[in-house]
Amino acid sequence: MATRIDLKRLQELLADGAQLIEVLPRAEYAEEHLPGAVSLPLKELDATTATTLDRTRPVVVYCWDGL
Amino acid sequence: MSPRAACRLQTLGFTRVYDYVLGKADWLAYGLPTEGEQANVPRAKDLLRQDVATARVDERVSAVRQRVARSPYGFALVLAQDRTLLGRLGKAALEGNPDAAAQQVMEPGPSTVRPDRQLADLLEPMRTHNLQAMVVTTPQGRLLGVLRRDDAERRLAQAASPDR
Repeated sequence: MATRIDLKRLQELLADGAQLIEVLPRAEYAEEHLPGAVSLPLKELDATTATTLDRTRPVVVYCWDGL
Repeated sequence: MSPRAACRLQTLGFTRVYDYVLGKADWLAYGLPTEGEQANVPRAKDLLRQDVATARVDERVSAVRQRVARSPYGFALVLAQDRTLLGRLGKAALEGNPDAAAQQVMEPGPSTVRPDRQLADLLEPMRTHNLQAMVVTTPQGRLLGVLRRDDAERRLAQAASPDR
């Protein structure tokens, strides 16, 4: 299970170079997203699309409210 | 959704995966900056004022009265040491027993809104309930400031007619 983090820890990870991934549909990302986040919707997340991510850096995912 | 995405990444071999479970809703509620098409719509955080009178829980009403008289509002907000909003001292409390402590006579749990709320969405209830101001706090209830209705009306009018 992935480590669940709060806002403070998120900000620490981002300061340390973590990559931030919004997994909501692309339309919601286009509307508004966290600074620096990239869009990788859950429905598109597979071995191919995951190659766009850097395996050497921590990955933080988020959606609207975790549900 | 994010727990499933995090799990999926782990099954794909990613080892340092974190889930910001409170998500975009939490980030927005703190009034933090965003990017995207909606990032620049007018929100409560854009018009926050710091001119509301505040009081400590143990402060006497007589001391608070003077600050309220100097502020543009007819009330004071009662705060804990960490600025968590505990209550509101309205007209009746301010005109009552001058020796009472704020926490004895405050109205507990005043209504608040988060700083990411769009002005257009806030104006309707302000008009409906004839509210001149709304109190804005973080999700943890810490006071950020006050949104005035006239400020919100003015900003939205400017947005509708940018040449004015």
